Amino acid sequence: MSAPILQLRDLRIAYGAIEAVKGIDLELAEGELVSLIGANGAGKTTTLNAIAGTLPIAGGELRYNGQRIEKLPAHKRLRQGLALVPEGRGIFTRLTVEENLRMGAYCRRDDDAVEADLERVFTMLPRVKERLQQVAGTLSGGEQQMVAIGRALLSRPKLLLLDEPSMGLAPLVVEKIFEVISSVAAEGVTILLVEQNANLALEFSQRAYVMKSGHITLTGSGDALLADPKVRAAYLGEV
Amino acid sequence: MNELALAIPYLGKRNPAAARWVVLAIAFGAPLIAMLFGKTWVRILDFAMLYVMLAIGLNLVVGFAGLLDLGYIAFYAVGAYTFAFLASPHFELHLPFWLVLPMGAAFAALAGIILGLPTLRLRGDYLAIVTLGFGEIVRIFMNNLNHPINITNGPQGINMIDPLVLFGWDISKPLKVGDEITINSLFLYYYVFLAFVALSVLLVQRLQVSRVGRAWAAIRDDELAAKAIGINTRNMKLLAFSLGATFGGVSGGLFAAFQGFVSPESFSLMESIAVLTMIVFGGMGNLAGVIVGALALTALPEVLRYVAVPVQQAVFDKVILDPEVLRMLLLSLAMIFMMLLRPSGLIPAHSRYSKPELVVGKEGKA
Repeated sequence: MSAPILQLRDLRIAYGAIEAVKGIDLELAEGELVSLIGANGAGKTTTLNAIAGTLPIAGGELRYNGQRIEKLPAHKRLRQGLALVPEGRGIFTRLTVEENLRMGAYCRRDDDAVEADLERVFTMLPRVKERLQQVAGTLSGGEQQMVAIGRALLSRPKLLLLDEPSMGLAPLVVEKIFEVISSVAAEGVTILLVEQNANLALEFSQRAYVMKSGHITLTGSGDALLADPKVRAAYLGEV
Repeated sequence: MNELALAIPYLGKRNPAAARWVVLAIAFGAPLIAMLFGKTWVRILDFAMLYVMLAIGLNLVVGFAGLLDLGYIAFYAVGAYTFAFLASPHFELHLPFWLVLPMGAAFAALAGIILGLPTLRLRGDYLAIVTLGFGEIVRIFMNNLNHPINITNGPQGINMIDPLVLFGWDISKPLKVGDEITINSLFLYYYVFLAFVALSVLLVQRLQVSRVGRAWAAIRDDELAAKAIGINTRNMKLLAFSLGATFGGVSGGLFAAFQGFVSPESFSLMESIAVLTMIVFGGMGNLAGVIVGALALTALPEVLRYVAVPVQQAVFDKVILDPEVLRMLLLSLAMIFMMLLRPSGLIPAHSRYSKPELVVGKEGKA
């Protein structure tokens, strides 16, 4: 494994007195697609938000490219290539699709490169291109998710944090979203994926972490976890 | 101004150039027409201009950045009192207006930041409650800071505030052109206020399509997502509060100079609500809308005052409904019908914050 792009050491996150994440270790190598699975309330989204900087951490270490980033505000982390696609998509509902995408390049000054990246996103998300002038709030859930991913890509991320991209979507649409995710990964973007749809997540990821009540309980390759009877029983609905 | 022109029914879309002239003609001709009905109406127009500025400023906070502020009038108060302190016999200070007005604006901006800092993490109802409290605190301070040391002169307010003096020219005195014509100072105030409004519109228009405007739109729609695309939400929210407050401060300073007198009762909660109603009525987030809303809702109560009583006397031989009662009644009815028929205001904001020309036409294929 090459040098980790992201490294969590004994990371703790608390909401007031309640500790939601109770000291977890996690590592991502450059170019990896890793998922973080677990039941509701396990602390997955909390972890992701802390990595993105939208939540403060209570203790432990958070390293990105070898640098400690605990104190860095969210907007500065993005400038270093750490982008988050928030849970529930978080698109700007009153702006058009095109405006939403361009907002992704908010921090960039290289206009020509932005145009090129926009074209690249269009080839990856042809459905989005058809609806550029539509108000984003009127898109279907799947399309909104695509817009959210496209917007994150326009910030030219090195590490993409995806929070439940399959949430509330029809199975067929979920497959499409995962195809997009793997094509993003194929371009060399490192991805940390939080999912409740453990089956698909494990199928698409190289490695995965299983979280339960604020702890990481299992880790291994996607295939190994898929085959693990404990995982199958707990998260894949098998008895 | 373009947006105002486009908003004129029929003409706006068919002949924008002509519509633009109509807007200009109304802006410049309004006091002349008002004069036909008496000086009072010109005075009302002057106040309407001040409310337009307030509405523009509050719209920046509520309409653009989505931060519900129920204490906005506090900034108006800060601007007015700053003017009163520095240009009246109260402290024996008579600084020139070009110094006092910016200072009022600066203090208001500072007040905006003071309000913004502790409320950064609040949204919606909670923010509304805190801002409401802030507005009341400012008013109560003005009301009670007359002892042990007399700073604000308490409920009596501050009197004999210096009028606006532009380059040695006192605009509170009628202007004599030749021997025959004298221009009433109410007109002069109107045009000065109009210039301030025009400047504000220009500034806010530029701001709306700038990076800052886009950042506000993002925060308004989804704050977490705004953070996720690299917007410094803390600074942007503070900027919205302080810039919005600046407009309130300038408007307040002009109010003090125009009125010559300030007292805490001008800055009650009802005033904050009135300005908010104007922008909701006109179309939150749309500059043209909030201007129309401010004009309409400043004029309505005055029209009622002068029309309702004589009409009732003519029809029923007595006054059945007091104009004040009628005003609240009609205002509430107007709001209810607005919410039913045009929930986003008289002139709704474009769903897209930039390129309004795209709204016409291209829609079809979506």
